[in-house]
Amino acid sequence: MTTTYVPTVSPTRPWKKTPAQLIPTVVILILALLLDVSVVAVTPMKGKLAYALLFFLFSVGMQFIYAWVKRGRPAAMDSLAGAVTMTGGMIVFLPVLSILVTVLVKGLPGLGLHTFTQTMEKTSYSDPLSSGGLLHAIVGTLYLIVIATAIALPLSILTALYLTEIKGRAAGFIQFLVQAMSGVPSVVAGVFIYAAILLTTNLRGSTFIGALPLAILMIPTVTRTAQEVLLLVPAELREAGLALGATQWRTVATIVVPAARSGLITAVILGVARIAGETAPLLFTLGTTDKVNLNPFTGGQNALPYYIWSGLRDGTEGGVARAWTAILVLLILVLSLFTTARIFGNRKAKR
Amino acid sequence: MSMSSLVILTLIGLFLSLRGYQAFKSQGFHFITGVDWVAAQDGSGEKNVFGLGAMIIGTLVISATALVVGVPLSVLTALFLTFYAPERFKKFLISVVDLMASFPSILYGLWGFFVLMPMAEYWAKLIHKYLGWIPIFDVPQPAYTRSPFIAGIVLAIMIIPIVTSVSREIFAQTPLDRIQAAYALGATRWAMIKAVVLPFGASGVVGGAMLGLGRALGETVAVYSVLNIVFKVNFQVLYGFGGNIASMIVQKWGEASLSEGKALLAAGFVLFIMTLLVNMGANYIVRRTVKTGR
Repeated sequence: MTTTYVPTVSPTRPWKKTPAQLIPTVVILILALLLDVSVVAVTPMKGKLAYALLFFLFSVGMQFIYAWVKRGRPAAMDSLAGAVTMTGGMIVFLPVLSILVTVLVKGLPGLGLHTFTQTMEKTSYSDPLSSGGLLHAIVGTLYLIVIATAIALPLSILTALYLTEIKGRAAGFIQFLVQAMSGVPSVVAGVFIYAAILLTTNLRGSTFIGALPLAILMIPTVTRTAQEVLLLVPAELREAGLALGATQWRTVATIVVPAARSGLITAVILGVARIAGETAPLLFTLGTTDKVNLNPFTGGQNALPYYIWSGLRDGTEGGVARAWTAILVLLILVLSLFTTARIFGNRKAKR
Repeated sequence: MSMSSLVILTLIGLFLSLRGYQAFKSQGFHFITGVDWVAAQDGSGEKNVFGLGAMIIGTLVISATALVVGVPLSVLTALFLTFYAPERFKKFLISVVDLMASFPSILYGLWGFFVLMPMAEYWAKLIHKYLGWIPIFDVPQPAYTRSPFIAGIVLAIMIIPIVTSVSREIFAQTPLDRIQAAYALGATRWAMIKAVVLPFGASGVVGGAMLGLGRALGETVAVYSVLNIVFKVNFQVLYGFGGNIASMIVQKWGEASLSEGKALLAAGFVLFIMTLLVNMGANYIVRRTVKTGR
């Protein structure tokens, strides 16, 4: 009689550090902390900066020496490099944390229902924060996003299709131009629209004209993302379409684009997130207003970035506080756009 | 339709140079090299003097500061992300960097003014105290607020996401066989990075840094918020004034006369050409690295 013996083995991880191997690290960190505190207490150095710098020096230095004694010079250099790169990563993380915390702390006091239902028409910066709101700026930003997307979307998707599907003779050149365009500073886009339209015709700043420079900034972002997405569509799908006798146009329109749909949506969302917070071009093209303006072609408009800018330039306590609230709203908008793009993108990647 | 980018780029160049032509014509080379900017009232018969030199130098000083602070941090972060970070932490840090890229520039301006400036002023004092004997760290008077140094740090934070993600992409493309060969020869992680990854990725990092430079050159709102814009050449990065073409345009725009407005458009043209050249160079380098691997 034979029994099959199935051994139950948990996977071993020989590279994993045992508690005994972790002891030196912990000891070094504690020593460094003690040394740090005592040195700061004795010498005239003070402040958070001194604590951080000395702690970094002590802990890295001691680990370096420990590794050198234990395993020689290469290991010491390796531990040094590991510590330095990790510090680099930590330092990059700090401003993000600081920015998020600051925006929440300074923006929340002014946030309330009135922020979304009232405008600044009857409110001045010196009034208490509980009156007046951002409605006009939110409406303006939404208008700008819709108009800029309506202009930029067809141009960028068609450019991306040309670059990935048709691959015409000019493809290399156009790729180059799209990349060059992604480097156009936002202020230049704004000044350009001013020079080309406001200075040439007798039109005044309006939502539509404010959306034009935003469209210019949006095109390269959307094009490049859409291009990457279209490249992910398997070639078999295209070949199947062509084999069924469809023209290239029909293949692209009925097979490739639907297959890449969620990726293309991601591209558009990333483009919108790129322009939602743009301030500089609006200063030249938007005009301004304190009321809700539903007409995109006449009369000035306001927008969240523009509102923040005016509050900051005003410089008074009320103006700045309102600017923080507006930036909280703007940040929530941008971040939710990004999260949506991520979710769409991930779903695409999983399928 | 795909030619739209060509059309737009040409139109930008055309309109800005056309509108700014008068300024170029009346000022000649002085527009680039001159360092004074005096706008006469229209019709008063006085002579306009427009020299963008101080602002061009200011732009370069700030961007250089941003690169000096930002690029090493980005390369370290990229190395950490690619070779050192534990898997779970890596994903988190990558989304933090992406988050940084998504912040609007006015947010960086606001944060830079209210949060970073008090800290950076203190750092500036420390640098001046210990490194003041180096000419660029010297200051004639103790005025540390709103200096090019602070603007440079804000810009550094703004370019870190770009430089980091480009460097990370390049580092991740290091041929695996070379990495494994180095390990097989008994290299530690750092020895492997030094021998394989850095030589492989160096030109890509340069390209990424140039892309960052392209962004730093054209940054407007963030710089305007933290920098004290004065029309003088200033090489002393810690001293409280400086300039930047983009923010200068915004600053002068409000009360510009017609002829000064045209000079500002011409300044926009100069900025456009500068960023275009830098970006083209950067893209060329990055693409070449990605293609040939060296």
